[in-house]
Amino acid sequence: MSTIHITLNGQTLVLPAGATLADAAQASGVQPPFAAAINLQFVPRAQYPQTPLKTGDQVELISPVTGG
Amino acid sequence: MKQDEFTLYGQGLQSRLLLGTSRYPSPAVLAQAIARSRPGMLTASLRRQTAGTGSAEQHNGFWELLRQCGVPVLPNTAGCHSIQEVLTTAEMAREVFETDWIKLELIGDDYTLQPDTLNLVDCADRLLRMGFRVLPYSTDDLVLCQRLVDVGCQAVMPWAAPIGTGKGPANPGALRTLRERLAVPLIVDAGLGLPSHACQVMEWGYDGVLLNTAVALAQDPPAMAEAFADAVRAGRSACLAGAMTPQDVAQPSTPVMGTPFWHQS
Repeated sequence: MSTIHITLNGQTLVLPAGATLADAAQASGVQPPFAAAINLQFVPRAQYPQTPLKTGDQVELISPVTGG
Repeated sequence: MKQDEFTLYGQGLQSRLLLGTSRYPSPAVLAQAIARSRPGMLTASLRRQTAGTGSAEQHNGFWELLRQCGVPVLPNTAGCHSIQEVLTTAEMAREVFETDWIKLELIGDDYTLQPDTLNLVDCADRLLRMGFRVLPYSTDDLVLCQRLVDVGCQAVMPWAAPIGTGKGPANPGALRTLRERLAVPLIVDAGLGLPSHACQVMEWGYDGVLLNTAVALAQDPPAMAEAFADAVRAGRSACLAGAMTPQDVAQPSTPVMGTPFWHQS
């Protein structure tokens, strides 16, 4: 089975070819609430299952934290 | 006395004190500080779920605190160094926090955390066009702040001193000039260390203050939060009351007429 190599929150993640952002989020273990961006472009939550990933994609999943 | 409302982008806020949520000894202390000061807004941010920023449980604890306290949330773009980073972070914040408020932070220098003054206006302009209610963290440069207003910012947040320094207004003249020249709400953001600093800028006519570290690193953060809330109210009342004009020569406040043992020096 072919795979893709992405970077999720700075860590390399190997996923099956054809994996979507929803698959990556699930594989990451990141707990909601969070928001997502691929290659510095925001992806709305509703689009995760329809957003395919490719090798080299930089995915960020970020969550609420304290701030000033 | 007529109602003294604090309105930003058409939304009334309950307090002129905006409070940061970071660097408190514990979430419980933060909750107490919020309860004691009842701020008009609470700032928050977005980060990866890592060991450095806390576990998923800690993230969710803060999330629950924000949802339960009933104070409007002002997400920030802290740590962003490019316009694209700001725009993407703002969109992510809008989805997670379900608000179009954004505290625009575009950092130009990591040592002083000075805003990127050459790109700040363009960045604010783009955020406004994307439908955000933008509160830009800026320096006290008059022309920069004027340009932020020109592109549509309905409030501007100049610094008093670099973030987290607690030094108080480093350039009082510049802050007072800003107040004289700009008609929009002005909020001093960053660099305040004492309630007297907050009171001072409110006396000058500033509409509000945003602070974090001065409360979070106090020995008793909830008590200091309340002290800041009191100082902001006092400064605002003094501003509305109108201060006397300073005089160079002493003038006795007790009537001179009828002074016993009168003598002319």
